[in-house]
Amino acid sequence: MPVLVFAESIDGKFKKSAFEAVSYANETAKILGTTTTAISVGNITGDDLKQLGEYGASKILSVTDSRLNNFVNQAYASVIAQAAKDEGAEVVVLSNTYTGKAVAPRLAVKLQASLATGVIQLPSKGDKFTVKKKSFSGKALSEVVCNTPVKILSVAPNSFTIIKSPATPSITAYNPAIPDTDFRSVSGEIVKSSGKVSVTEAEIVVSAGRGMKGPENWGMVEELAAELGAATACSKPVADIGWRPHHEHVGQTGKAISPNLYIAIGISGAIQHLAGVNSSKVIVAINKDPEAPFFKAADYGIAGDAFEVVPKLIEAVKAFKASHH
Amino acid sequence: MKILVCISNVPDTTARISFTPDGKAFNTSGVQFIINPYDEIALTRALELKESLGGSVTVINVGKPDTEANIRKALAIGADDAIRVNADPSDAYFVASQIAHVAKTGGYDIILTGKESIDYNGSQVPGMIAELLGIPSVSVATKLTIDGTTATLEREIDGGKEIVTTPLPFVASAQKGMAEPRIPNMRGIMSARTKPLAVTEPQGSPAFTVNEKYELPPAKAACKMIPADNPAALIDLLHNEAKII
Ligand SMILES: Cc1cc2nc3c(=O)[nH]c(=O)nc-3n(C[C@H](O)[C@H](O)[C@H](O)COP(=O)(O)OP(=O)(O)OC[C@H]3O[C@@H](n4cnc5c(N)ncnc54)[C@H](O)[C@@H]3O)c2cc1C
Ligand SMILES: Nc1ncnc2c1ncn2[C@@H]1O[C@H](COP(=O)(O)O)[C@@H](O)[C@H]1O
Repeated sequence: MPVLVFAESIDGKFKKSAFEAVSYANETAKILGTTTTAISVGNITGDDLKQLGEYGASKILSVTDSRLNNFVNQAYASVIAQAAKDEGAEVVVLSNTYTGKAVAPRLAVKLQASLATGVIQLPSKGDKFTVKKKSFSGKALSEVVCNTPVKILSVAPNSFTIIKSPATPSITAYNPAIPDTDFRSVSGEIVKSSGKVSVTEAEIVVSAGRGMKGPENWGMVEELAAELGAATACSKPVADIGWRPHHEHVGQTGKAISPNLYIAIGISGAIQHLAGVNSSKVIVAINKDPEAPFFKAADYGIAGDAFEVVPKLIEAVKAFKASHH
Repeated sequence: MKILVCISNVPDTTARISFTPDGKAFNTSGVQFIINPYDEIALTRALELKESLGGSVTVINVGKPDTEANIRKALAIGADDAIRVNADPSDAYFVASQIAHVAKTGGYDIILTGKESIDYNGSQVPGMIAELLGIPSVSVATKLTIDGTTATLEREIDGGKEIVTTPLPFVASAQKGMAEPRIPNMRGIMSARTKPLAVTEPQGSPAFTVNEKYELPPAKAACKMIPADNPAALIDLLHNEAKII
């Protein structure tokens, strides 16, 4: 009864979240005393598929049905459900990404399985199968008990460290029948947002708020982000007044993110803002008001004028990179 | 156009979250409950569609009698009628089963939900309803337009957005951007009192999961302040202490 893990890819390459999910699945498999089977959808080269072996997958199901080249959640759910049945998997692991969120609930109904979304720790298997997840927008953690024979776990991005556990995987072409009715909704055009790094998956996010005074001052925010290989984000009012695009808005009503490093510049630290970012591993706040609420939620703080601090910070990052490459 | 909007009852966004001493239950004392903010967005879009295409907007909630204040608020914002399934909404599969059961005989063209409830952050109910009904679902949608029997939606994806078209009926979960929530006006509030609110008993359906225990995240250590004239010290700490860069 292996653990089955869906390894997400984009443009023929696995995402970082896929490696996290495979690592998570493989550590779960160790707890359960079983092996890990990964399922991949799309045209992925043999060498790329083998990458999943590095994180412990001993068997890889490769689905290449061309109807799945465009994402259709209903069809993906059918394919993964069929694989779970064929493999006899009792645990199915996905990433809690936009794709995972669109697929997992449908999969749960198909498999009559418990679903825990956004899990942040390995399951514990005492007399009950329990996982921990964030709840209340990151203001709490809850333990979810899964009471069905089959369990589906979706792993919160950036919350589980990738663990290498090399295996030599067998690769099997796998193309189960998919009902035509799964293709009623059609994914058309994909519009890539201008930002180079996606804010929900980025390891570092540089974010700025109303303290920046106006959109013309975002150059230094973008420069700092570029130096750090970071994505950019912003507070809600900044998106509302149109200084920045809406897809950058993080917080309670925007995107919830959990990067390794979140740098907040000229953001007060209102509770609704924090709700979307407080599960970041390390938080840096830069604010000219030493009493700004953000300092209570931050690990490191600089009380100072962003217009003086940020340019110096950019120089410091450049100097750091020059001495560490 | 018959539209069903699913609304959940959640703690106010600024509520202090705490739990009973044994960690087994959410401490509701002093907490104000609101309509889940994403559900308000869904409701507003439903009302806009009704205004341009005709039809009706029904709201549904799976909850105990204490949710009725917020159901009335949804009626005040403009929904035509409401259904409350009288049950504790503890498990997403249970909730989705109840809503799917109502939807099966309701002949709805569109079922709208929020992208997630801000308490349990499950993002589960909408996809489950759709699968139970065997119809398409589009999650985290920031735009929804209807042209005849086809809907066009924009949904968020990593690094951008995707345009999806789907025939009716379908389920979509709303993200910010789909509409600007409306505030009920006096006329709405007055008329809400007399709009129909049907209460039905739940169908027997299993609950797959149990939220058994809660805790607050570990408290952060005090923020380390770095002198404003020496940001290089921050980089040093991020590298040597936090080991993050
Ligand atoms: C239901 C609801 C949902 C909400 N959802 C969100 C959400 O998802 N995301 C979100 O962000 N907000 C959200 N908000 C709004 C939130 O309450 C705050 O109003 C908002 O986060 C404030 O944005 P800000 O910090 O950019 O602006 P401000 O509150 O105006 O703060 C600006 C900060 O910049 C500092 N500053 C000024 N000049 C400088 C300078 N030269 N150098 C350094 N610092 C400077 C100031 O000291 C201040 O702390 C929500 C509110 C509600 C009611
Ligand atoms: N008890 C409930 N009654 C009605 N709708 C609900 C309920 N719980 C969740 N929903 C709907 O499902 C969406 C997603 O909820 P969740 O899956 O709990 O994150 C919410 O935004 C609501 O639209």
